[in-house]
Amino acid sequence: MVEIDNVDFAYGKRAILKGISLNVPKGKVVAIMGGSGCGKTTLLRLIGGQLIASKGRVLVGGQDVGTLDAEAMYAMRRKMGMLFQFGALFTDMSVFDNVAFQLREHTDLPEEMIRDLVLMKLDAVGLRGTAKLFPAELSGGMARRVALARAVALDPMLIMYDEPFAGLDPISLAVVGQTIRRLNDALGATSILVTHDVVESLQIVDYLYFVSGGKIVGHGTPDEIRNSEEPFIRQFVRAELDGPTPFHYPAGDYANELGLSPAALRAK
Amino acid sequence: MERKNIDLMVGIFLLMGVIALLVLALRVGNLGSERVAEIYSVEARFENIGGLKQKAPVKSAGVLVGRVTDIRFDNQKFQAAVTLTLDKRYSFPKDTSASILTSGLLGEVYIGLEAGGDDKNLQNNDKITLTQSAVVLERLIGQFMFSKAAEGTNDKPAEKK
Amino acid sequence: MIKALRSLGSRGIDTIWRGGAMARFFWMVLMSSGISFRRFRLTIREIYFAGVMSLVIIMVSGLFVGMVLGLQGFETLQKYGAQETMGVLVALSLVRELGPVVSALLFASRAGSAITAEIGLMKATEQLKAMDMMAIDPIARVVAPRFWAGVISMPLLAALFSAMGIFGGYIVGVALIDIDPGVFWSNMQAAVDFRYDVLNGFVKSFVFGVAVSIIATFEGFDADPTAEGVSRATTRTVVTAALTVLLLDLILTAFMLRGIH
Repeated sequence: MVEIDNVDFAYGKRAILKGISLNVPKGKVVAIMGGSGCGKTTLLRLIGGQLIASKGRVLVGGQDVGTLDAEAMYAMRRKMGMLFQFGALFTDMSVFDNVAFQLREHTDLPEEMIRDLVLMKLDAVGLRGTAKLFPAELSGGMARRVALARAVALDPMLIMYDEPFAGLDPISLAVVGQTIRRLNDALGATSILVTHDVVESLQIVDYLYFVSGGKIVGHGTPDEIRNSEEPFIRQFVRAELDGPTPFHYPAGDYANELGLSPAALRAK
Repeated sequence: MERKNIDLMVGIFLLMGVIALLVLALRVGNLGSERVAEIYSVEARFENIGGLKQKAPVKSAGVLVGRVTDIRFDNQKFQAAVTLTLDKRYSFPKDTSASILTSGLLGEVYIGLEAGGDDKNLQNNDKITLTQSAVVLERLIGQFMFSKAAEGTNDKPAEKK
Repeated sequence: MIKALRSLGSRGIDTIWRGGAMARFFWMVLMSSGISFRRFRLTIREIYFAGVMSLVIIMVSGLFVGMVLGLQGFETLQKYGAQETMGVLVALSLVRELGPVVSALLFASRAGSAITAEIGLMKATEQLKAMDMMAIDPIARVVAPRFWAGVISMPLLAALFSAMGIFGGYIVGVALIDIDPGVFWSNMQAAVDFRYDVLNGFVKSFVFGVAVSIIATFEGFDADPTAEGVSRATTRTVVTAALTVLLLDLILTAFMLRGIH
């Protein structure tokens, strides 16, 4: 469904992705994992066509995203759903209108049918009762689920999740995780999760990729990952403090910087 | 419910705005009475129009009867050609005279019409032949000073003797 | 010295860059305006927030400005024995200048800053990106209706301001100072010309409406997606809009006065 082939990307001079290749087969739930700021979100935006790779190709359903014009891009995006990091619900609309938004914008369905569809989607995430509320009145986990219902409003072929678990309590977290899995299977869609929550991901996904320093550093099924001896994956899965990803950001010699090196002391 | 309210408020707002525009146009700008009234225009030529401007009032016996709508310079006769647009309700004899006047010492410049005794009235595009130019204050003062100075030079030698 | 020159240069470049970006943005808004009129309900909603919500401040300010003009004008005109022309003074200053300019300034600080904050906040919370990902152009769906609402509201607000101001002048002149109402109106009507005064005032307020609306939407759309960025953008809207309105007023007035003489 999604194929990323040797892709480079840089914001100005700052290289974010260096030669990434990965493959998301149809019908699967795939997680892309990595520490904060490693370019995971950038990957999603490359797939969605909001950013264009400086090298390599991003194929979605066989189409090269980088070569599409504005119209073809929008046509492609209609088949995608995306859950943003903090939901990105439209704050000036009720929950119902949020979910109905795309149906109203992209289809000419009669209002009764839209109503039924919206209630179905809300029921799928267990929040039919919140239809009349406004996003400000929802808890973080509920807002995330409403955003989920909105993302799947048009029954997309591809659903992307940007940090769906960030900032949720354990109960909401499990609910959101299960909902992601159920929706994917019910819709026969393909899902890509970008997250750093290993524990939850291992329970719901089919395949995982690990990204660090703009490169893929490991991949495998949840079982392979659990038993992996790869140093980075071990560090990440078991949350060890030091490993291939150092605790310290690269810096000069500590003693030297504090003026405690033998040379500096002698100068004094 | 809320949507209907918004529609209603916006409707009221648009209506109020349009009414305000109409008030400005009709009541303040006087669009209705001045433009709709039937008009005819006549031309008057002056040697000097002084500070006369377009839109200056045309008055007869102190009553506003029209406005100056155009001022041109006639390059053949070296005169100012002024077009006066007058209200159809007022008609003036052919030999009416036009003069450029000032209301008060510093007031606005206007054209005064003084009716003559002709049987025929002025028609559209007629010309007013009897005109009196503007009194140019500088020239008046200049003449006055010049004559005073001339008196002075005449007096002085006499005194010396 | 070099430092000062450099900062001047960088400011100059920045200003020109922003001007260019705004022009490009203006063009994009115009190009994607179809939806604002095809689905006029979207624009009506924004007229509510921009126009109706500014109504009270505009009308009350107009009334007060008109009354002050009346009092001040009377004070001065009285010295020349021309207090009957107070209506003329009030009406001309309002219709030609104060109506369009002051209501544009009020509109920029009341509605313009709100538009900037709203769009900036939508950007900061990724709502605009989310919309883009749903294959809906945020410029067409979010920016254009707000822009057109501002353009439609501004001339009406300016007219209301002037009308209220003249009413205020009337109250002061006729009720307080005892000028004959007939004289008040007839002097006004004799001096105010529809085309040169009322229509030109309308043109001004239309131009100001376009300027304020495009600045407000641009600053919101261009804001840094943080709380601080949005608050800075809001301030910039008010400052830029005020300066632009006054500069445009100078240019327009120069052209319009040339037309009279």
